[in-house]
Amino acid sequence: MASYEPWNPQRAVEIIAQHADREGALLPILHELQETFGHVPDAATPILAGALNLSRADVHGVITFYHDYRRKPAGRHVLKLCRAEACQSRGGDAVAADVAKRLGVPIGSTTADGMVTFEAVYCLGLCASGPAAMVDDRIVGRLTVGDRLDRVMKDVRG
Amino acid sequence: MSLRLYVSGDAAAVAVGADEVAGALAIEAAKLSLNIEMVRNGSRGMLELETLVEVETSDGRIGYGPIYPEDVPGLVAAGLFEGGPHEKRIGRPEEIPFLKNQTRLVFARCGITDPQSLTDYTTLGGYEGLTRALALGAAGILDEMGKSGLRGRGGAGFPTAIKWKTVADTAGDRKYIVCNADEGDSGTFADRMIMEGDPFLLIEGMTIAGVATGATYGYVYIRSEYPHAVAAMDRAITTARARGLLGPNVMGSPFAFDMEVRVGAGAYVCGEETALLDSLEGKRGQVRAKPPLPAHKGLFGKPTVINNVLSLCSAPWILANGGEAYAAYGMGRSRGTMPIQLAGNIRNGGLYETAFGLTLGQLVDDIGGGTLTGRPVRAVQVGGPLGAYFPRELFDTPFDYEAFAAKDGLIGHAGVVVFDDTVDMANQARFALEFCAVESCGKCTPCRIGSTRGVETIDKLLRGDRPAAQLEILKDLCETLKFGSLCALGGFTPYPVQSAMTHFPEDFRAREPRLVPAE
Repeated sequence: MASYEPWNPQRAVEIIAQHADREGALLPILHELQETFGHVPDAATPILAGALNLSRADVHGVITFYHDYRRKPAGRHVLKLCRAEACQSRGGDAVAADVAKRLGVPIGSTTADGMVTFEAVYCLGLCASGPAAMVDDRIVGRLTVGDRLDRVMKDVRG
Repeated sequence: MSLRLYVSGDAAAVAVGADEVAGALAIEAAKLSLNIEMVRNGSRGMLELETLVEVETSDGRIGYGPIYPEDVPGLVAAGLFEGGPHEKRIGRPEEIPFLKNQTRLVFARCGITDPQSLTDYTTLGGYEGLTRALALGAAGILDEMGKSGLRGRGGAGFPTAIKWKTVADTAGDRKYIVCNADEGDSGTFADRMIMEGDPFLLIEGMTIAGVATGATYGYVYIRSEYPHAVAAMDRAITTARARGLLGPNVMGSPFAFDMEVRVGAGAYVCGEETALLDSLEGKRGQVRAKPPLPAHKGLFGKPTVINNVLSLCSAPWILANGGEAYAAYGMGRSRGTMPIQLAGNIRNGGLYETAFGLTLGQLVDDIGGGTLTGRPVRAVQVGGPLGAYFPRELFDTPFDYEAFAAKDGLIGHAGVVVFDDTVDMANQARFALEFCAVESCGKCTPCRIGSTRGVETIDKLLRGDRPAAQLEILKDLCETLKFGSLCALGGFTPYPVQSAMTHFPEDFRAREPRLVPAE
C-alpha cells in the first residue's frame, strides 16, 4: 500500500515547475501528481492550465481521457484484475467472480469500508502466466482460485 | 570461488514469486557459508518453467523449474548448488526442444545475460550493429534495412526501410525516433520481455534509426501496466549515457542521439501510432487523420520514425550481419524471424522466435503442446483483441502476413491466444465490441457508437429478440466499422466478431444469458 500526501496546491506548483520545460509535459506531471497525492483532484486543473498555458477544458479533457488518472482517492489497496482474452482463457472469469463475491462489490467499485478498490485492467503482459493481477504496485500471476488468490485477498483485506 | 546463480527477474517470473525465490536462495547459501553471485537475468521465455533457477557448473548452466519459494530448502538439500538431481531439474535449458528449435536473432541474449550489464551485452555481440552503422553512414544503413525486407512488427507490416528513408529525405530542424512500446494486445509480451531482458538492444536499435534518418532524439512510450520494463529501460538509458553511447557524440562519432522513456496512462488506443504521438505531446490520445504521415509531420509536427519495439530491436542484428543474411529467413514477403508469443490456455506458453512459415497447428499443437487444461483446442485468436479467431480447420495456415490476410485474419504483433472447448464464441465476439467501446478514442462515429450498438445487438440476439434480423444487423455493422473507421481499433474490431460468426455459427443462437460483463 502506498502512502500519499494530502492535497497541497503549493506542492503541486512545485511538481509542475520541475517538469514545465519538458516537451509534452502534461502526462509526466499528471503521473507525478497522482503518485504524490494518490489522485488528481479537480483543484489541480486550473493550476495546470495556468502553468502550461492551456485551457481548463484541455486539461480536464486529458485527465478524463486516460483510465489511469483518478479524480477521487482510491481505496487503501487497489486490486486490478486482468480481464483480457488470454486471462479469460485461463479461468479469469471464475477468478473475477470469486473476487467480487469475497469483496462484496463488482469490478469498478470500492468496498464500503474503503479498504479495496477493485478494477479491471486489460493486459499486464503475463499472458501465459494468468490469470494475472496487480495488487497496489505488485504483480501476481497464476491466480487460479485457491492458495495464490487467498494470499492476495489476505494482503488487501488484512 | 563464488558460485553463480541465475534467477529470472522478468515480470512473468516475479509475478509467480521469483523475488521470494531469490531471497530464499540467498538465505540457504548463507547457512552454508557459500559465497554466491546472483544474476537476475531476463526470461528464457519458457513461462511454464518460471521461476527458472539456473546454476553455473562445469557442464554449463543447469536449470530447475518451476520453483516456488517453498521449494528452495529441499532443492538446496538435493544439491542445487552442484547441479544435483531433483524432480524439477531440467538440465541445460538450451537443450530443451522449445529453446533449441528456435531461431533467436532478436532474443539472442534474452535470458542469458544480466540485462543491466553493458559488459554482458557487448561480450555477446552488442553494439556491433551500431559500430557498422556508423561506418556505413545513413545511405548504407538504409540499403541494409531495405535488403533485410524487415516489416513493421507492431502489426501493420509496413516496410521499415521505407519509413526510415522517408524521414531521412524529409527536411527538419529536429527529427524524432519514437518507439511504440504500448503493447496492449492481450496475448503479447515480447516487447515487455525484451525491454526487461535486453534493454540495451532497444537503445542500440533506436540509435541506428537516428543515425539513418538524422533524428537526434528518441522517446520510448511504454504503457503504465509495465512498471518493470519502465524501470529497466530507465536504468539502461542512464548507463548508456554515462558510457557515451547516448549523447552529443555517440561512440565518439559526430552523431548526436539521446532518448528518454515516457509512460502511458492506460489507454489502449495509444498503441495506434498517431494517437501515441498526440499522447506524447501531452494531449488526449486521439487518432489523427492521415495524411500527413508521421514521417512528414509527426511528433510536434516534425519528421518522425515511429516503430514497434521489435522492429527497432531487429536493426542491430541486421546491421551487424547484413540485410541479406536476415532476409534468408522467412517465406514470401515475410522475411526474417518473428518472436511469436504462445499464450492463454496453452501447455508450453512463452516466447518462440522463429522464421516466418510455421503453420498455426505446428505452433499450437507441436510446440505449444495443446491446452493447459488438457481439453481440445476450439479457437485460437491471433493478433490481439483485434485479431481473428481461427478454428482447427484453418490450422494449416502458415505464419505469414499475406497467408493470414488471405484467411481474413492478421498476425498483428504475433500473439497467439488458445481457448479450449469451453469457450463461448458469442461471448468473445461481444467482448471484442465491448472492449472497443471502452477503449475508443471517440473521434470517429463507427467506432464510438458502432461498438456499443454491436454489444446491444448481440445481447438482443442471445435473448431471442428476432435473432435472424440481429445477425444481419451485426454483419452490416461490422462492414461499417471496417470501412468507416479512422484507425485499426474500429477498423479491425470486426475481425474477431466476423470470424467468430463465420467459424462458430452454432454459438450465435438465442439461449439463456450467461454473459460475464467485462466492465
